[in-house]
Amino acid sequence: MTKPIELYLTSDPSLLRMMRTVLSQICESIGFSCNETNKIVLAVDEACTNIIRHAYKNKYDQPIIITCNFFPDKLEIVIVDYGEPADAKKIKPRKLDEFRPGGLGVYLMTSVMDEVKFYNGTEEGNRLIMIKNLPKEEKIRESGNHY
Amino acid sequence: MNLEITTEEIDQKVFVNIKGEVDLYSSPEVRKKIFDLVKKKAPVILINLEKVKYMDSSGVATLIEGLQQCNKYNGRFALYGLQDNVREVFELTRLDKIFEIYSDRESALKN
Repeated sequence: MTKPIELYLTSDPSLLRMMRTVLSQICESIGFSCNETNKIVLAVDEACTNIIRHAYKNKYDQPIIITCNFFPDKLEIVIVDYGEPADAKKIKPRKLDEFRPGGLGVYLMTSVMDEVKFYNGTEEGNRLIMIKNLPKEEKIRESGNHY
Repeated sequence: MNLEITTEEIDQKVFVNIKGEVDLYSSPEVRKKIFDLVKKKAPVILINLEKVKYMDSSGVATLIEGLQQCNKYNGRFALYGLQDNVREVFELTRLDKIFEIYSDRESALKN
């Protein structure tokens, strides 16, 4: 199985674009379609945006660690931050009949990923684990992945 | 590539041409441009997204604010030229039912 890949970035919004580019390449290289790759990238971008805005209160020099763990049938993405923990029980996708800006990030994350779990305020910081299953006909491609 | 925003006004219709990726970093620039227009109560604001390769919820929230502000003075606020991945964000959030969305500039102008 391909070894995990870790991306370290600071909570600087200007780095999100670079993160998306790298993550896109990782997702496509292991067999996700362009459409599925876009969804995974969106979910991770939304997670980082929430971390920057809510956990780090727009402080732009704090750590965010994104780890991609590869399994034969799925991609697991773990995102860790050390900001103010939100009550995981209160993190819920908002109702879409409320027409207002804001609050769509969690909804999008849970819509496009197969599993989304929050473990906030742990000794290892706030951990968000998101899983995307590979299409049945695909398996993680092991050859040629050297990051 | 950084975000590029240009505007053009034709017959009291303002086209806002956005090029690049709209996210937490770049959405304040879009917000500023749109709010400059709604402050002036521009009667028709047409947002050209043909060259927007990516948009997250920060960008969507900015457009929701623009639409809300425009509605306050009975202005028209419409989007056109959404690329597939951008359109999908609107569909996932069901905002495709709320916004006027057109395939291209001509369709946006006709309606």
